[in-house]
Amino acid sequence: MREITVRQAINEAIREEMQRDERVFILGEDIASYGGALKVTSGLYDEFGPERVRDTPLAENSIVGAAIGSAMINMRPIAEISYIDFTAVCMDQIINQTAKWQYMTNGKIELPLVIRTQGGGYRGNGAQHSQSLEAIFTHIPGLVVIMPSTPFDFKGLLVSAIRDNNPAIFIEHKLLYNTKGFVPEKEYSIPFGVADVKKEGNDITVIATAYMVKKALEVANEFSKQGIDIEVIDPRTLNPFDYETVFSSIKKTHRAVVVNEAYTTGSFARQIASKISEEIFDELDAPVLCVGALDVPIPYSKVLEDYVLPSNEKITEIINKVLDY
Amino acid sequence: MSEEIGNNKIIELFKIMKTIRLFEEEMENLFKKGYIRGSVHLYIGQEAIAAGVCGVLNKEDYIVSNHRGHGHCLAKGADPKYMAAELLGKERGYCGGKGGSMHITDYESGVLCANGIVGAGLPISVGAGLGLKLKQQKNVVVCFFGDGAWCEGVLHESLNLASIWKLPVIFVCENNEYAISTYYKNSIAATNLSDIANTYGIKSVIVNGNNVIEVFDAAKNAREEIMYDSQPIFIEAKTYRLLGHYIGDDQNYRNKENVTEKWKNEPLVVFEDWINQNHPDLKDFLKETEEEVQKVIKDAVQYAIDCPYPKVESATTHVFTYGPAWERRNICERDYSETSN
Repeated sequence: MREITVRQAINEAIREEMQRDERVFILGEDIASYGGALKVTSGLYDEFGPERVRDTPLAENSIVGAAIGSAMINMRPIAEISYIDFTAVCMDQIINQTAKWQYMTNGKIELPLVIRTQGGGYRGNGAQHSQSLEAIFTHIPGLVVIMPSTPFDFKGLLVSAIRDNNPAIFIEHKLLYNTKGFVPEKEYSIPFGVADVKKEGNDITVIATAYMVKKALEVANEFSKQGIDIEVIDPRTLNPFDYETVFSSIKKTHRAVVVNEAYTTGSFARQIASKISEEIFDELDAPVLCVGALDVPIPYSKVLEDYVLPSNEKITEIINKVLDY
Repeated sequence: MSEEIGNNKIIELFKIMKTIRLFEEEMENLFKKGYIRGSVHLYIGQEAIAAGVCGVLNKEDYIVSNHRGHGHCLAKGADPKYMAAELLGKERGYCGGKGGSMHITDYESGVLCANGIVGAGLPISVGAGLGLKLKQQKNVVVCFFGDGAWCEGVLHESLNLASIWKLPVIFVCENNEYAISTYYKNSIAATNLSDIANTYGIKSVIVNGNNVIEVFDAAKNAREEIMYDSQPIFIEAKTYRLLGHYIGDDQNYRNKENVTEKWKNEPLVVFEDWINQNHPDLKDFLKETEEEVQKVIKDAVQYAIDCPYPKVESATTHVFTYGPAWERRNICERDYSETSN
């Protein structure tokens, strides 16, 4: 079984799609010979050259705008915004342009573009480089929002995002780049809106995204030692979202906790929790609780950041609360 | 003024300008009668710019328009019938009633998009220029924007990017002197809006935007230069916004007498005078053309009024386009690692 890192899985997906379809090209800050701020695009410049691997100025609005304009005439751009925090700089181009053109033109325009970006904390990058802003994008209709957690899912979903004709926001958690896992050598792709049950269990359902999947699995392993079987579901894409898998799991466990890394107020975890209560309230033996970051900017100092972001202890505490209800 | 322009081109430019003028007058009527909702920004007084620029474009060239975009779309070849239907929110409008006045798109005539966010079309036009370059397609993209957009930060990003990447984009800055109520001399530090082009190493030219022949000549030169050597070009077309920002603007920010004075040099008057002086033989053709245009616009309005409203079910379509990535298949690591070691 071949094991590669998330970083390699992303790089491989881009490389293979660029080999397969000459309309695919990438643009972003420092992505060419430098290989990207997080070295995700290394080697692509040497293979595909400066036309298809384009370094841009520090100009997020025109990076996204250039992706939109080229996608409008049938190119398939992959734009990199090196931190999700910087999407705030180009929010008009994402919210008012990228997300709207297909709808506003009644489908005359298709925008086959991918905005790859990197988010999340736990690395001491401070308040402007550590956020989990996915709920901004899930709030806006018209954007596919992808947040994988394993090398296999990263590759398969990026391949789908590149081949699909909709705009996609592809969020890479900074702590996952070095995570190793199985990725087959043969071609595959993962559809949007299909969750993956990362661990089966009958006692409680934990829905977790991105880096939180890793934490949820660690916590679940601890609970197993006490004979409590947690089912861990990774939705993999937030829009579209696989409520079907979540609901059928809860129909079995009757309890649920949603874990994400975003600020708690208005988070996508809250959306999942509220949807569960709306749709299958009768199945629940306890309220659905959420774990997220405290509602403060992400602080720098390790002791403060660890306190603000979800910890295994916090996840454990909330799971116990739901189990004991 | 150009001596080389042929009679057919003169009639064509006149026809486009007249089409825009009559279309806009009808839209104003329909708005006042309650057929059109929201905000409508009329192109009256700027017809020479859209007509002159689009007059040099091929069908395969693209334009990116803005909120005051009806003129650009008509000049590029969009059909007044479907435009009027879109403004009335009807099913057969260019966007099925989902776009409205500020969001006309018609790929067939090369209208990529029109934009409700001032300046937002600039990087999109750069992207279209990049697409042409990557495809090695010998065409140009024209980006229309105004003095208001000049003040947006994204203008500077876009000019810079177009220049360093040598993209085939003609930036047409329609300086109509007003961004809603703000007079350009109160909001822009540069003497001429085209001065900015020099900073980014882009060639620029200033034209009288009320003189269609002057605009046509500048656009023709720009297109030829770009075909010879891919690079962006900046045209500042100086004009004047004869009407309010939108229909219903009380215009308390400017002197009515100044506006009346400006009407004396409006583009259709300027063009008709020029034709009468230089091509008096065309007088009958102009009359015929005007009658023809009147009929086209009248029919377009009737078409739009008669057209049904969209079905409400269409309100939830085309948020996404569904392809293979949306088909439910259970693909997970476990299955693969068990079966395909």
